[in-house]
Parts: sequence; C-alpha cells; structure tokens
Amino acid sequence: MNHSIKKYFPIFVLPTLAAFVIGFIVPFILGIYLSFCKFTTVTDAKFVGIENFVKIFGDKTFLHSIWFTALFTVVSVVTINLLAFIVAMLLTKGFKGTNIFRTVFFMPNLIGGIVLGYIWQIILNGVLAHFGVTLQYSATYGFWGLIILMNWQQIGYMMIIYIAGIQNIPTELIEAAKIDGATSWQTLKNVTLPMVMPSITICTFLTLTNGFKLFDQNLALTGGGPSHQSEMMALNIFDTFYTKIGYEGVGQAKAVIFFILVALIAFVQLRATRSKEVQQ
Amino acid sequence: MDTKKRTRKEEQFGDTSKMKHGWILTLIFSVLAVIFISPIFIVLMNSFKQKSFINLQPFSLPKGDTFVKFENYARGLEQTGFFDAFKNSLIITVLSVALIILCTSMCAWYIARVNSKGTNFLYTLCLFSMIVPFQMVMFTLSKVADMLGLTTPLGIVIVYLGFGAGLSVFMFVGFVKSIPLEIEEAAMIDGCNPLQTYFQVVFPILKPTCITVAILQAMWVWNDYLLPYLVLDITEYKTIPIAIQYLKGGYGSVDWGAMMAMLVLAIIPIVIFYMACQKHIIKGVIAGAVKG
Repeated sequence: MNHSIKKYFPIFVLPTLAAFVIGFIVPFILGIYLSFCKFTTVTDAKFVGIENFVKIFGDKTFLHSIWFTALFTVVSVVTINLLAFIVAMLLTKGFKGTNIFRTVFFMPNLIGGIVLGYIWQIILNGVLAHFGVTLQYSATYGFWGLIILMNWQQIGYMMIIYIAGIQNIPTELIEAAKIDGATSWQTLKNVTLPMVMPSITICTFLTLTNGFKLFDQNLALTGGGPSHQSEMMALNIFDTFYTKIGYEGVGQAKAVIFFILVALIAFVQLRATRSKEVQQ
Repeated sequence: MDTKKRTRKEEQFGDTSKMKHGWILTLIFSVLAVIFISPIFIVLMNSFKQKSFINLQPFSLPKGDTFVKFENYARGLEQTGFFDAFKNSLIITVLSVALIILCTSMCAWYIARVNSKGTNFLYTLCLFSMIVPFQMVMFTLSKVADMLGLTTPLGIVIVYLGFGAGLSVFMFVGFVKSIPLEIEEAAMIDGCNPLQTYFQVVFPILKPTCITVAILQAMWVWNDYLLPYLVLDITEYKTIPIAIQYLKGGYGSVDWGAMMAMLVLAIIPIVIFYMACQKHIIKGVIAGAVKG
C-alpha cells in the first residue's frame, strides 16, 4: 500500500510543498542570511557579519519595545486567563441565558485587529477627553488601552476553551470531594484546577504568543505613539524596515531576535505546563 | 463558589438544571453582556453623527444638527472603495481556505501513510513553521512574491497556502492517524487507486477536521492586515483591513465619520457569518485548541 501511494507524490504533496517553499522556506532562509547583510532589496545584499546585531543594542526604541512587549504579555496573559476562567466557571453553573452570554462574549474575537484598534481608539479617547488627555499623551494610556482591547477580544475565546475543559470533568470527582468534606475552595484548587490543566496550558500558550506577536491592534490603537513609547516588538520591526531607509538589515536582525524569543517562549512554556497535566 | 447549594440531581445534569439563586447571576450577566457589547453600538451610533462631533462627544446620541443620516457612509465608501475591498477580501478568503483544505489534507494523508525520512522531515518543518512569527519572513516573503508575480488576489492565495500550511497539515495529520488503516486497505484491495481511495473513502471521514481548519483559517485570512498589505499591489487591490487603515492615511487628521461608517460595514459581515455558523465556529475553536 505504502508503495502504490508513493507514486502519487506529485499529486498529493507537490502543490503544498511548492507553496510551502515559496511562502515559508525560501523567505525564512533568505531572512536568516539577510540579517547578516546590508541591503535595500534582496538583490543588492552585501555581507557585513554581525554589524546589524551590534547596531540593535544602540537602538533604544527596540530595547524599550522588548520591555514594553514583555510587560504587556505578562499582564494580558494573567488578566485574560483569570477573567475567562471566572466567567467559564460561572457560565457552567446552569442558570438561565448562559448560551446567549457565551455567544455575546465570544463575538469580539471574530473582529480583526485593525477594526478593533479603531473601535477602542474612539471609545478610550472619549473617556480620556474628560481628563483633558488622549491615548497619545502617554504610553501608560496606550498600555492599558491595549490591555483592555485584548481582554475584550480574547476573553470569549479562552472562555470557550475553559468551558469545554470544565464540562469534561467527571461529576463523580466533584461529588467525591464534597462527600469527603472538601470546601468549595479546596474542590476548586485540588480537583477542578488540576483537571482543567490541559485547557490552562492551551490558553496560556495562546494568550502568550498572541500578546507577544501583537501587531494590528498596536498599529491601529496608538501606532506606537507617543514617539515609539507604546510600540511593541512587531511594530518596531515593521517601522525599522519601512520607515527608516538604509536600516533594512537592522530590521531583519531584529526580526531574527524576535523569532528566537518567540520560539524560546513557546518551547519553555509547553515544557513547563505539560509536566503539570493530570492523566485522565 | 456555591456549588454546595446544588442538589445531587442538579449536579448530574450539569448546566441544564436551574440553580437556586440563578436569577441573580442571570441579572448580573445581562448587565455585563450589555456593557460588553456596547462598544459596537457606540460605533454604530457615531456612524450617523457629524464627523466633528465624534471625537468630542463619542457617547452622546446623534440628534438635531449632529445627525447626518448616511453621509458618513457615502463619503467612506467613496474614499476607500469599500465594495471592491469587500470583493477582494471575499475572493481571497474563499479561494485560500478552499485551496488550503484540499491541498494540505492530501499532503497530510500522504505524510501520515507514507512513513519515510522525507515525510517525517516535511512534518517537522510544518511544526517548526507554526512558531515562526510573520515579521521574520515579511520582507523576504514580499520580495519573493513580487518576483514571482503573486501580487494579485489570485496570486496571494498561493502565499496563504504556503504560510498557512503548517497548522493545517499538523491538524490533518493528527486526525488521519486516528483513522483505522483497514478501511483504506479494503478500498485498495477492491481496486481503488490512491486518488480514488482518498476522495471516496478518506476525505469524507476528514469532514469534521476540514470544518475546523476552514473556520480557523478563514478567521485568520479575512482579518489579516500585514501579509496582504505587503504582498498585494495595494494601488490596485485592497482588502477590508487595508481599506480601513488607508483612511488613517498619512499625517493628516482622520475623517472619523467615514471611519465609523466603514467600521460598521466591516463588522456586519462578521456578525452575519457568526450568526450563521456559530455552532461550527465554537466547535472549531475547541477542536483547534485541543489539537494545537
């Protein structure tokens, strides 16, 4: 059977493989190479060694964006998961209207980042106008604005995953805990939380990478203002490429560092939480 | 929480049962849901307001001289070419998702059934591509697409197949491995070639995964901004996110009236899509999350 399928390689694999080479493999390898070059287009690249990487460390906006991104990611992961989990716990209690509430809370997730950014720009600026300031006044406003925006967008998505996890817990387990005299808090801590650990793994992972790679929302809400202070890494890289002429190499080097950080987080995070999961 | 208050019978039936003080929670959540959804109504309300009043008083209702009927919509449509953008977004999303489903599911079946060094390597590459952020490849990808002439809505479909292949192949391989081999062997013995086996036996079984992958990819492609912005020839072709960002323009002041109107037009198709396939979307999200 194996052998007869093999002859069909051109039909089954080749279209995907060709597109994969064009859309991922070639740009990726070229990207690694270009991070060691000075260039304005791909064809005029000159090898300059690690010069681009050295330049990064003199770029204060990039160092600031790393810090800003890290802080944003930590705060958004905690708030989104905490709120989504609480909502999921309450919405699995079986009161009237839970289905409608789930539908409503999930909805913003389908709206794209650019649209979300402008929706919240008008609302937050409207609120801030009472205090005589705008989102562009200070990066602090931009930061919390992005946190509110991301919570609004992602709570529903994570809630759905948590609800699925909570509903998978066998009712006997909760009952047994109660018969043994466990308080609600003990049941939550010792039964519910360990049993939904797979959901927690997934949601933490999703919010972590979504936060770290955030671009559209950042661009539309504050555009990085005032003067790069609310700029996250992805937007900083974009700016380096497309608004500073002669800095394409530095932009690509920043992108390589960005990639390494994302890969590192993905790896460490999966390792750390997988080990805590309970076998069912 | 007050799970204690629930009787044994209620616990067995989980969420269908009513709890004692359920109406309090219903009330609280009704208020929360209204607050939660209010940003969309604020945008809707502002889309009928004269543009100079939007920034000053975003929370007041349009009335008297601030109410401008559909003027903002007319201006926005004219400035952005919204209907063309909508058409482009639709073409790109539908074709990309269709191509991704067809090609990656076939590729995944081959990877799962032919166990060789080559297929293992390809599978590993697909997993690897999932963690690479777009910024890593954005510059080179846009240059490669430019060189190959993929800067049209039809061309960008190839780019989406390539960049979206990782996740889809990963999800399909996971599902194919759970299909018992005997079904396919029986078909082969009955004289089906691999192509017939795939389309008559395997593909129908893959249908639930196809829906999951389609939902996830459609949500991505429809809302994607940066990839089409860099790959497409945007003087000719805009998608909805590009058209909206285009309103922001350079350093001039933003026409918030047109912006609000276009935001409403961008949200409407999403709400319709959500209402129509809500069950599939929720299932898709759960299935996608469990696999991912």
